[in-house]
Amino acid sequence: MSARGPFRDKPQDKVLIRVEALALSRGGRVLFENLSFAAAPGDYVEVQGSNGSGKTSLLRAVAGLLRPRGGVIAFEGAEEPSLALHYVGHANGLKREASAREHLRYWTGLFGGSASEDDVAQTLEIGRVMDLPVRVLSQGQARRLALSRLLIAPRPVWLLDEPVAALDDAGKAAVNGMIASHRATGGLVIAAVHEALGPAPTKTLQVRR
Amino acid sequence: MSAFAATFRRELALMWAGGGAIAPLGYFFGATMLVPLAMGPDRALLETAGPPLVWIAAALSVLAMLERLFQADLEDGSLDQMLLSPAPLEVIASAKGAALWVAIGLPIALAGAPVAIALQAPVERVPLIVASLALGTAAFVGVGLIGAALTASVKRAGVLLALIVLPLFAPPIIFGASVASGEEVFAAFSILGGCALAGAALGPIAAAAALRLQAE
Repeated sequence: MSARGPFRDKPQDKVLIRVEALALSRGGRVLFENLSFAAAPGDYVEVQGSNGSGKTSLLRAVAGLLRPRGGVIAFEGAEEPSLALHYVGHANGLKREASAREHLRYWTGLFGGSASEDDVAQTLEIGRVMDLPVRVLSQGQARRLALSRLLIAPRPVWLLDEPVAALDDAGKAAVNGMIASHRATGGLVIAAVHEALGPAPTKTLQVRR
Repeated sequence: MSAFAATFRRELALMWAGGGAIAPLGYFFGATMLVPLAMGPDRALLETAGPPLVWIAAALSVLAMLERLFQADLEDGSLDQMLLSPAPLEVIASAKGAALWVAIGLPIALAGAPVAIALQAPVERVPLIVASLALGTAAFVGVGLIGAALTASVKRAGVLLALIVLPLFAPPIIFGASVASGEEVFAAFSILGGCALAGAALGPIAAAAALRLQAE
């Protein structure tokens, strides 16, 4: 994958994330306390930790989907906060009965994107299955479709939870290429992973109590 | 395409793929056609009791469609994406409500015509009954959005959902039944319209507030 893409027709916001003294809990149990880090445009932050340590919760908190117990999460430089980030979580956010193309069209409306569906499909190599309902896709194909959200509408910050789960080598290479081209244009990526992705992270966060 | 239009279109497509209005219409016809069987062929009795029963069946048909409305979105991760859309969640919830009304509410209102005739409603009153059902199902959907959002994370939420929603179905049922039996038609119609507007305006707002809590 080259680091260029058809989706970068205009420069995007340069967003800096600052997290200070973050404390998270789930179901009354404290996951971690006093986590601080900063991430600048172009950074790739890898979040590591054992099962249940709070990697997913950290990403959800940064995405604004989970209210922290304490601490500060600040996005600096985002002109329009609602256009600051994409989050691809464990759950793919797909409907079994809708086709891949219908999903891309829906996300285009939901997120206000302008990318061409076919270009997105080509990058993630899902062109062959665009008109099939999700229920007949393989795990890996469904994951690729979920990741295609990242390209549908440009967002400076990508929050990825196990992005390459269920992906084959070609899929991993495609994701690494997407991350590289995103960083090259000033994007910021935070990914929770079990095994390191391809690129060397600018920062590694160990999440534990 | 706006987030409202995209959501509306997707919801309609998903409901269509899931069988469209077939199940709720079957429920509606089935329930109302049991009425004369249970009450016997006494024409005078049917004339008084029949038309209001159309409303009970309509309310239950809408209720049956509510349980999975937001639950599915919560489970498969779609709700997260709705929360991250630049469009307010209220707009997305109202698009879902509008799609539900078009897919289920309108067909039930139209099916009200043959059902009302079968239950001995005077023919000249049938257009009124259809129009009042269209308003009433809109009110049901508005209230239903709230109940569906509040119970989105509850497993087997059907009973809880009914407990929350059925008391709030009471005003449209009271005034809808009043239209169906031809009493105080104009006043009842106005209040029914008010119920529909209140449901359409407040339902998405309350549902969005409930969904934000459920997403955590």
